[in-house]
Formats: sequence, structure tokens, C-alpha cells
Amino acid sequence: MSEMFLIIISAILIENYIFVRFLGICPFLGLSEKPSTALGMGCAVTFVMTISSAATWLLYHLILVPFHLEYLKTIAFILVIASLVQLIEMFLRKSVPALYAALGIYLPLITTNCAILGSALLCIQNGYSLINSIIFGFGSAVGFTLAIVIFAGVRARVNFAEPPTCFKGVPIALITAGLIAMSFFGFQGIKLPL
Amino acid sequence: MNNIISAVVWFAIISAALGLILAIASKLFAVKTDERTEQIIEQLPGANCGGCGFAGCAALADAIVTGQAPVDACSVADDKNIAEIGRIMGVPCETGKERFRAQVMCSGTNALSKKKYIYEGVSDCVAANRLAGGDKLCPNGCIGLGTCVSSCKFDAIHVVDGVAAVDYDKCRACGECVYSCPKHIIKLIPFSANYWVGCMSRDKGPITKNYCDAGCIACKLCEKACPTGAIKVTEFVAEINYDLCNECGECQNVCPRKIILSNRSQQKSGK
Repeated sequence: MSEMFLIIISAILIENYIFVRFLGICPFLGLSEKPSTALGMGCAVTFVMTISSAATWLLYHLILVPFHLEYLKTIAFILVIASLVQLIEMFLRKSVPALYAALGIYLPLITTNCAILGSALLCIQNGYSLINSIIFGFGSAVGFTLAIVIFAGVRARVNFAEPPTCFKGVPIALITAGLIAMSFFGFQGIKLPL
Repeated sequence: MNNIISAVVWFAIISAALGLILAIASKLFAVKTDERTEQIIEQLPGANCGGCGFAGCAALADAIVTGQAPVDACSVADDKNIAEIGRIMGVPCETGKERFRAQVMCSGTNALSKKKYIYEGVSDCVAANRLAGGDKLCPNGCIGLGTCVSSCKFDAIHVVDGVAAVDYDKCRACGECVYSCPKHIIKLIPFSANYWVGCMSRDKGPITKNYCDAGCIACKLCEKACPTGAIKVTEFVAEINYDLCNECGECQNVCPRKIILSNRSQQKSGK
């Protein structure tokens, strides 16, 4: 039980995907204009990442390992994740059209999102069990959501702050992201007995 | 060898299983769309040029179905398609809307116009325009690097001898090249119009004469010759008002610089 707790804390704060591992920067910058869309993207990523962690773990341990195909795991994972995203896209289009419209192009972009693939590969690399993999995937995605929502909140205020013209738009967003990343590095001081 | 076979077999199985799941899901989660949308998309040209102001042909079809756009919003589709869209929507629709075409208002080919420097940068007019307004001395001349060519979804505009030329049969008047041209020298004119002024230099006569042999010197001979007052010289360049032009060709006859061009004369000079 304590191990699961440690994995979650570590995935959300200490090894935060965006601010520490620098994975998934594209949706992070693209969808952080409004906190509401950021939250929607975060939910989509959480959903996909949790399920894909389970699916890729099963694929790896039930098919790839017994048949000595571990060296093909990246390709296999991409295949599974792409199909999963397709599935989720169809599901959202049917049941939550508003979210589907809000996510727009970014939902298909999850297909090739390095954060999702990264979480699947890290689970294998860290040698997690199935339950721990799911928890790790979920925790990482919550960390992603936390990061993107915090960033969207900051960005909403930066819009009113009148930065110098040369910093307007993306430059000030990147500087803001850098400052938040520095604050997240503060969590590096916590050494968890993993 | 065994390794390769098992890899191929297992990946085939995984892919087939995923494909099957997706196929089932697409049936399960099928969204009912208005069938008229699909029908209208079929009638639209499918070039997604954006000339109508919507994100693409599918977006326009949506807008037509929901009533946000008129049935003849597409400037590219021909009369038959527009009539068909009108029939799908149950709206009577007047066909025979006047067709337009793009026209590049410059005839300063490499041989006729002078250059101020040799440009060796990115092959793009917008980039060249940033460097002191392009390599031609004329501030309103075609740069000829083909930004309009790459913007055209219909392969209707090509650079010939340093000046862009429109293939009238292919041009659907979507206006993409008009927006893309950094010199703003492409205009949409009525398809039937025979004459146009092949210059947009807004400099005084002697200056224009200095840098281009095909420049309007604002002599106003065409203005005096025109029986209907359709051609006027403003800002040192002649311009034809197509609402008044009766295609008599007097302006072409009197122009000392031979820059009032017609469909026939352009074809004769060989595009």
C-alpha cells in the first residue's frame, strides 16, 4: 500500500512529466490557453494513459516476453496506443460531443504523444507489476493535468499583465513554464525510499 | 529465422485484433450526422481552399445545413454543383452568378524589368519582399518566386519568365493567391473581361520608365480614348472599371507602352 502511495506522489510531483521529464510539451503549450480546455485535455490524457498503461503491460508480459519480442516493444506500444486513442475519439464523439469539439485536433495528437508512450515504456523499464503500472500511469497523468491546469491558470493572468511586446504570446509562456518547472524542481529534494 | 516469423505472425495478430475492435467500435459509436451534410460535401470541390471563409469544405457543408451560410457560398463549385446543393437544401437558387478569375497585374518579365540586386535567399516572395521589397527595382512588380503558385489549390497559377500567369480555365477565383501575394498585385476580375492593365506601378512616369519597359507612365491616352470612361488613371497607374468597360479595345490601341493586355494578345505572345 505504501509503495503505491509513493509511486503516485513520485509520479505527480517529483517526476512530473512536463516539468521534470519534459514529455508532452506540445499539448501543454497548445491547449493551455483556457483552464477549462486544459482540464479537458488533462482528463483525456488521464483516461488514455491509465488504460494504455494496463493494455501495454498486458501486451508486453503476455505476448512480447513469452515470444522473445521485447525488442519490438516501442512499435507494439505505438500500435496499441494509436488504436486506443481512436477508440476514445469515437467514444467521445458519441457521448461527450462538447469535449470532442473542445479537444479538436489535440485528441488525435495524443496518438503520437510522447508522454503516453513514455509512461508505457517507463512502466516496463521500472519493472512495475500490473497494478503498479496502472497506478503509475494514472499518477503521471494526474501530474500532467496538474501541470497543464496550473499553467493555464497562470497564462490566463499573464494575458492581463501586459508583457513587453517582444515577449507577448509564446515567449512569455515559455518563460512562465520555465519558472514553474524551477519550482517543481524543489520536490527533487524529497528522496522517497522507492 | 524463427524470430522473424514469430514477430511477423504476432504483429499480424495484434494488428488484426485491434482493427477488429476499432471496426466494432465504429459501428457501436456511430454518430448520426445529417445526411444532407454528406451529400453537400460530395457536391463541393473538396479542395478545402477556404475561399468561402470556413475552415474547409466539410465545415462549409455543416454551415449550409445549419443555415449559417447561403447555398451558393462556395465560389469554386460550378453552377451545376451549386444547383444540386440548392436542390438538397430545398432552396431555389439562382445559378449563372458571374464567374471571376484571378489576374496578375504585372507584365514586367525578366527581360523588361530591371533588378536592383541578385536575390539568393529562400524561394518565397514574402521572404524576398522583406529584403528591401524584392529584387526588382519596381516596388509594385511581381517578384516571381511563386508564393502564389504554392498557395493555389488548383494548379492554376505559374511563374512564366519571372512573372506569375494565371491559367484561366483552371482558376476558380477562390482568392487564395490574392491574399498570398505580398505585393498585392493579383486581382479578381470578371471571367469574361478581355482587357486588363498589366502594371500597378504607383510611381510617376519617368521613374517607372527608368526601371521597367512594361510600366504604366500615366500618360492618360487610354483615359482620353475610352468612350465609356471605364479606364481611369489614379496614383499614376491606369485602372479599368469593369462595370463600365464595353470591350472596345480603344485603350489597347492607343497605349504607347503596350501594357493594356487582352486575352488574345497574351495567347499570341505565348504563355
